[in-house]
Amino acid sequence: MDFQVVLLAGGASKKLAPLVSQEVPKALLPVANRPVISYALELLEQSNLKDLIVVVEGEDTALSVGGWISSAYADRLHVEVAAVPEDVGTAGALRAIAHHLTAGDILVVSGDLVCDVSPGAVAAAHRRHDAVVTALLCSAPVSGASESGSMSGKDKAKKPVRYNIIGLDPLKQFLLYIASGAEVDKDLKMQKNIIRAVGQMEIRSDLMDAHLYAFKRSALQEVLDQKEKFQSLQQDVVPYLVRSQLASEVLNNGTPPTDEHGSVNGKILLSQLLANSSTPDFHEMYTPVNGSLLTRKTHKCCAYIAGKDKYCARLNSIQAYSDINRDVIGEANHLSGYSFSSHNNIIHLSAELGSKTTVGPHCMLGEGSQMGDKCSVKRSVIGRHCRIGSNVKIVNSVVMNHVTIADGCSIQGSVICSNAQIQERATLKDCQVGAGYVITAGAEYRSESLSKK
Amino acid sequence: MGAPKKPGIRASEDAEDLARVPLQAILLADSFAQKFRPITLERPKVLLPLVNVPMINYTLAWLESAGVEEVFVFCCAHSRQVIDYLEASEWMSQPNFTVSTIESRKAISAGDALRFIYERNVIHGDFVLISGDTVSNMSLNEALKEHKDRRKKDNNAIMTMVIQRSKPSPITHQSRLGTDELFLAIDPETMQLLYYEDKDDSRKGTISIDKTLIADNPTFLMHNDKQDCYIDICSPEVLSLFSDNFDYQHLRKHFVKGLLVDDIMGYKIFTYEIHSSYAARIDNFRSYDTISKDIIQRWTYPFVPDVKFFGNSAVKLDRQGMYRASEVGLSRSAKCGPFTVIGCGTNIGTNTVISDSVIGEGCTIGSNVSIEGSYVWNNVVIEDGCKLKHAIVCDGVMLRSGAVLNPGVVLSFNVVIGQKFVVPAYSMVSLLEQPTNQDSDEELEYADNNSDSDVASDEVDERYSAEVPEKDKCTAYEVGESGAGYIWQVCDGVHEEDWRHSVAPIPDEKLIELMQKVDLDTEDNLPSSGELKPELNSNMSDDDDDDIEEVQDDTSLFQKEVEATFLRAVHENVAQSHIVLEVNALRLSFNMTFLDCASALFYSMIKLALDTPHNSSVDLRTSAAALIRKWKKLLKGYLTSIDEEIEVILKFEEMCLESKELAPSFTQLLHLMYDEDIVQEESILNWAAEKENADEKDKEFVKQAEQFLQWLKEAPEEDDDDD
Repeated sequence: MDFQVVLLAGGASKKLAPLVSQEVPKALLPVANRPVISYALELLEQSNLKDLIVVVEGEDTALSVGGWISSAYADRLHVEVAAVPEDVGTAGALRAIAHHLTAGDILVVSGDLVCDVSPGAVAAAHRRHDAVVTALLCSAPVSGASESGSMSGKDKAKKPVRYNIIGLDPLKQFLLYIASGAEVDKDLKMQKNIIRAVGQMEIRSDLMDAHLYAFKRSALQEVLDQKEKFQSLQQDVVPYLVRSQLASEVLNNGTPPTDEHGSVNGKILLSQLLANSSTPDFHEMYTPVNGSLLTRKTHKCCAYIAGKDKYCARLNSIQAYSDINRDVIGEANHLSGYSFSSHNNIIHLSAELGSKTTVGPHCMLGEGSQMGDKCSVKRSVIGRHCRIGSNVKIVNSVVMNHVTIADGCSIQGSVICSNAQIQERATLKDCQVGAGYVITAGAEYRSESLSKK
Repeated sequence: MGAPKKPGIRASEDAEDLARVPLQAILLADSFAQKFRPITLERPKVLLPLVNVPMINYTLAWLESAGVEEVFVFCCAHSRQVIDYLEASEWMSQPNFTVSTIESRKAISAGDALRFIYERNVIHGDFVLISGDTVSNMSLNEALKEHKDRRKKDNNAIMTMVIQRSKPSPITHQSRLGTDELFLAIDPETMQLLYYEDKDDSRKGTISIDKTLIADNPTFLMHNDKQDCYIDICSPEVLSLFSDNFDYQHLRKHFVKGLLVDDIMGYKIFTYEIHSSYAARIDNFRSYDTISKDIIQRWTYPFVPDVKFFGNSAVKLDRQGMYRASEVGLSRSAKCGPFTVIGCGTNIGTNTVISDSVIGEGCTIGSNVSIEGSYVWNNVVIEDGCKLKHAIVCDGVMLRSGAVLNPGVVLSFNVVIGQKFVVPAYSMVSLLEQPTNQDSDEELEYADNNSDSDVASDEVDERYSAEVPEKDKCTAYEVGESGAGYIWQVCDGVHEEDWRHSVAPIPDEKLIELMQKVDLDTEDNLPSSGELKPELNSNMSDDDDDDIEEVQDDTSLFQKEVEATFLRAVHENVAQSHIVLEVNALRLSFNMTFLDCASALFYSMIKLALDTPHNSSVDLRTSAAALIRKWKKLLKGYLTSIDEEIEVILKFEEMCLESKELAPSFTQLLHLMYDEDIVQEESILNWAAEKENADEKDKEFVKQAEQFLQWLKEAPEEDDDDD
């Protein structure tokens, strides 16, 4: 396929501190003991999209991410790692690597995407409609805890971050409106001319923009060149393309071949839009002046809506990190790529369990980890080479690699980063413990973020 | 708002569930609009013939066929004519269908009419609300059932509005009925109406959807392809709502929007979409044309010319949709084209060509006349060689030989057009002179003109016909030699829009012109940049700025209006309760919140103090203090929560920043407001806390008020000690 894939792997996101640091960039954050970026890479590989550019913020980060990818996927994928300065935004990142882009269409995938929707299907929809942009939309997160929190009644208004507001045509093919959830704070402004053109627009707030887009390269570059202020793909570039679809500027000033292409494209869309109208005199009104009509430039913005049974989540918050870890070894365990035991869990052969220690379903215990006696693990992921004492309770948590947990600790809903040390009888609830941090004996923490200064 | 009345209604409803109630309907025999002027100066709109049958008959016939048993006809303009007509008609003597008239000459809007009916206390259950110019053949059963079922589940579902699919033209932005395009938001599952906008404001390229709408409804449809049929099934609460909210005038503009925007007591409006049946309202000349054609083409079956319903005479349907009454004198060489109706007793001369037209009863049409797409009413004389194209010609008109009516012409009753006179396109000609007071609101209907002509209107015809000969000589008339009639001047600005509501089809040149404008519009309306974050779009977003400006415009306009209202109150000693009413009305029309009201009122007070001549800031302070004391009740009415009080303080601060004279008095006045209980301690402290992190220069007034704040903070402790 003539698709070039850009994987935006990010850098050391501050939002995810203390989980993410200079040593562990976001892309390498383990989800069920695999770096999160591997989910996106494997997804692409399944769709036979093997020609990738991975864009990483910061030179050092690029080195470590590149190192990992080349070790893990050396013979499977053709990956080029490009470093861009930090804080340029997603649009800035694309702008920086624009000279690498040569294919007719570009697939942009966010490196923190964990999903099982085939990017190939999105690409195919994009091609079928000859769209300028196609966005993957999926049902707003299906993950348990976070959703039940945000869905309960009026909380929606307070927690708008997760929501996108999407406008679709009656056939749910075209994207007519898109706004990020944060905009719910303001009143929404819908363009009348677009509603006029389609007659009926479906507004949905139960969909999430998965940050997987297919772009027509010429249009994307046009926008990136013209609008220097655009920083973010999802907040600037995509909404811009969607808004301007009936009065396209991107195809106006394009190179001659694409220009021609664009106007043909526009005609098709317009006639499609016209076909929606029911009044017979409508066409008659158009006929005498057809010539002038066709000078209008339009472009298409499409949506690919993933089925309800598909899993799709983005690792963009600490809450999401816990949710995704739980889902990948739980409901969406086909994503993990591991085979589960009859108890519905994964315990590595080299892991050692003490007597009367139970590891419940939807759990994972990594290579070489040891657990003492009378421990209980529920719905948690434990990384490699961890040493866990006796009488330890771990529920709903993620424990990364080389963590030491002494006897009698209780860990609930927390994330413990690599090399952390938790001394006897410490109690942690809903905490994040940064890499290498030491929790003293008997300490009790609740909803705190603990890390080395 | 309707709370005190509700228990009574509920109780009676429960009783009704047991005993079957006859289905009632309210028929408004007045459209409370002036779109059919000048014709409606002489005859009420509902009695105008539509394919040779007075409009009201279509509505009544439909109501009867739909199972309505009791109809209340509300008459206002020309009420006598309507009542006389109905009393003489067969409608009064139908079994199982009672028609009673309710007359009120004072009503100037649908709201007044409904309030009047509410007082009469004649409506006992769900009723159909319709205006007397509606043509429909839909079955009400299903809509009624849906309405009733919904009400059983949710007592707040008080209205079901009938809608229909109809896509407005993308070029003219109006429907085929000539009404403005409509934007609706509907919940596809419950069919609840969430948003209604029919105001043609094409300058605005966007629609603002309230965020709460999205928060409450995860999915809804935004429609531009629907048409409001103006047939509503209402519960009795609708009447009481009108009576409670006496500022509601227009059914849609005030009532529907009021319910949707203000969320009054959680009342909800639902929609019912009809698919195969017909429903349309004659709103203007264009819909008159469209609906006439629909009737001739039998979309409204059984209400078509050759089926006898009420008020029509026997008509036979020939080939090509040609309806001919008996006793038509048609010359052999005359050609009556397709889709034409010719009334009883009409004579048509040789070589005359008629197509797509309706000719009334008792007309005399000469030879070599061409009539195309026109509506000729009864007893019209058209002499040889006239040409009519897309015109409406009322009763008793005389066209002398060779007269030409260009598209869009409307000739009112008994006008005489002189020989070979060419009536310019879109002109309105009447024997009555154009009223000079054109300042009436669009809602102040033709009733205002008729208020004195209740008696006179019936005599108008005679009076004028008597005057015709005299005036003839005066040559005051503008319609050719020996003609009679005034060509009405169209008001400024409307002229451009003549074609919109005219009977004539929209000319091609106009369409092309508009089309190009549409192209430009889309570009104009389009935010030229795609940024959503305002801080990013410094250099290129002219449109985003426009939007913001618009909002600011609204706010400042609102402020100005409130200020004017307030000044009037001060100078003319208007009672405070009236001011509250006016401000509330302004609040509704500008879609503002109480917060805005409070700040605007306060602004007006201080502004007044500033504008009063004063020698020193001490003077200023005294006058401001006096004003605040005098009007504190008014202000207090809008300060329902801390937020509003803080807003007032912020506004005050802002004004102090602008005025050097006022600045020194900030603390004193703040203290005064505290003493007068206008602002509470909590809001002052909140305001100060809010400013904590502000820039140094923004803190100027917090510093000034420091002592006062300190005192406030300590004061409650003293209180506690006292306790």
